[in-house]
Amino acid sequence: MSQGFGPLHPGAQEPAGERLARTELGAEEQKRLYHFMKLTRRVEARLSNLYRQGKVVGGLYSGHGQEATSVGSAFALGPQDFMGPIIRNLGSMLVRGVQPREVMTQYMARGTSPTGGKDGNTHFGDLERGLVAPISMLGALIPVMAGVALAGRMQGKDLVALTYIGDGGTSTGDFHEGLNFAAVQDLPLVVIAEHNGYAYSTPTSKQMKVDNIAAKAVGYGIAGEIIDGNDVLAVYEATRRAVERARGGGGPTLIEAKTFRMKGHAEHDDAGYVPPELFEEWAEKDPIERFERHLLGQELATEEELAAITAEIETGLDAEVDFALESPFPPPERALEGVYE
Amino acid sequence: MSETTYLEAIRRGMWDAMEQDERVFMIGEDIGIYGGAFRVTQGFLERFGEERVIDTPISESAIVGAAIGAAMMGMRPVVEMQFIDFIACAFNQIVNFAAPNHYRWGPAVPMVVRGPCGGNVHGSAFHSQNPEGFFHRAPGLKILAPATVEDAYGLIQAAIQDPNPVLFFEHKFLYRRIKAELPENPAPVEIGKARLAREGRDLSIITYGAMLHVALEAAEILSGDGIELEVLDLRTLKPLDDEAILATVRKTSRVLVLSEEPRTGSLAGEVAARISESAFDWLDAPVQRMTCLDTPVPYSPPMEAFYLPNVEKLVAQVRQLSSY
Ligand SMILES: Cc1ncc(C[n+]2csc(CCOP(=O)(O)OP(=O)(O)O)c2C)c(N)n1
Repeated sequence: MSQGFGPLHPGAQEPAGERLARTELGAEEQKRLYHFMKLTRRVEARLSNLYRQGKVVGGLYSGHGQEATSVGSAFALGPQDFMGPIIRNLGSMLVRGVQPREVMTQYMARGTSPTGGKDGNTHFGDLERGLVAPISMLGALIPVMAGVALAGRMQGKDLVALTYIGDGGTSTGDFHEGLNFAAVQDLPLVVIAEHNGYAYSTPTSKQMKVDNIAAKAVGYGIAGEIIDGNDVLAVYEATRRAVERARGGGGPTLIEAKTFRMKGHAEHDDAGYVPPELFEEWAEKDPIERFERHLLGQELATEEELAAITAEIETGLDAEVDFALESPFPPPERALEGVYE
Repeated sequence: MSETTYLEAIRRGMWDAMEQDERVFMIGEDIGIYGGAFRVTQGFLERFGEERVIDTPISESAIVGAAIGAAMMGMRPVVEMQFIDFIACAFNQIVNFAAPNHYRWGPAVPMVVRGPCGGNVHGSAFHSQNPEGFFHRAPGLKILAPATVEDAYGLIQAAIQDPNPVLFFEHKFLYRRIKAELPENPAPVEIGKARLAREGRDLSIITYGAMLHVALEAAEILSGDGIELEVLDLRTLKPLDDEAILATVRKTSRVLVLSEEPRTGSLAGEVAARISESAFDWLDAPVQRMTCLDTPVPYSPPMEAFYLPNVEKLVAQVRQLSSY
């Protein structure tokens, strides 16, 4: 019987706090990674507060515990590359230049939000910044990002397209159709499959018969790799390799990042279906704390520096939250605008 | 007897169907241990087991395709779409396999696809749709949209017993908002029959789903002004109850079709066209529609309110129409 959570690659089985993947990244860049992971967590924590105060309109979806997958992968992209994040990839968007106020105003449905209140949560994009907005229908972005990669090649641009999928999302037809198309066309597409144990209440064992999502790459004849999704350096390095392969004409890569969803599906879901031991086990592998130990242990940063990064984030967020709270809701008539170009 | 919610009525209708007929089974995402995103199947797994309450991968096309196959083999699958919006992912199986199957080569497809539809819960574009217009023109489908507790029970029962593929659109705004007493042994409701929800003489509102409650509220207000609305609840959207539609039009001679869909290509348009074709001689005013705007469902509350029909807008439009 498949357990869904199959054997992790050796790195992931090391006790928490052990050495992270090798990297060429220097101290400054590693501190940037730390900044973005911490920023992601703090933005989500603020949103969670606002949700409890009834300020968030609709649902709130968190990537708590998965910050390394978003931040590490987005960090490996060049400025000309494109990215299609999904609901738990706030970190990727922040790396890509999205400002916390954009996220706050979106979730609070204000007129100042990137969609002017037309859509919510992280459902927005900006082609100028190489960001394609998702739709809720899981898997749908994969063929679309293959199309972005295709156009890039046709236009002689050296761009790579990166997108994400959850373990559950890999069951959709669009996932298979998109990846297969990208494969036969050798398109520069990188797909990060975040294997976080559950799809809403459904454990991976009810989602697929293989332990490793990366195994699916074999079926399309493309490169597949399994990584420790709670090691930001491992995520960065694997994505960098995949991006290089894609740029060099080596076609798509499916990267499976083993991680865990540390909250319910959304803020309203208490995740009662997850055995508490799993939360305890994965709390020890918290990607931010682990990275903190690494930075300090390798003397890449001091306690004071890390504290300063956090303090700066908090002050910044105060202003962003205030901005969103003070922003008015959009005028109702704006609902009519923009149906057509 | 205690009051039953709309949600509980659907749940009980399915529960009773499972008890009465062992061919009936439930299939969908997170319907087992979690009891469904809205808890419509809560307790089903414990009572009926994994063989008859099947948690699936996120694969709407596979779920509906499998339901079609099982239905042809004599089973009675009831598919849950977590939100009805995801039905788009199974569009091909529904419109090209299930709908024309019997016509093409004989086998019946006694399958139900059900799920929460509708707006006014700030779910934005992909968690708020009313997709009846997409499916209404597919010959071979039946489409139901209960607006009351009694119909929620009676129509889900009828849907499960029906030998055809049935789409069952539950309005999530009504799930826990409306309550009524259900009798000890409620009966199924006949598919294809509209229900006169309110008798009146001056103007007919033809509607269904959550909009029924908007119409009934408006009727109370207008009654104070001496305008007596007749309100017809379609409840079966396909096949439409032409007889009931024409009967109310002949009685009042003025009609407004109210539906929670974007205007273009809406079911409301179809109803209006039928009336214009068959009851022109009885009309004292043009048939009117009140629908949502022709936009995707906007997210921000003021915009969504602007997008949706409501009591105020309806009262205003009825006043105009009755003085035409
Ligand atoms: C095609 C489709 N069907 C159903 C849903 C409803 N839904 C939203 S998220 C979710 C679970 C997603 O699980 P997974 O892909 O593993 O990502 P995770 O939430 O674990 O990050 C489901 C079923 C959806 N968004 N799209």
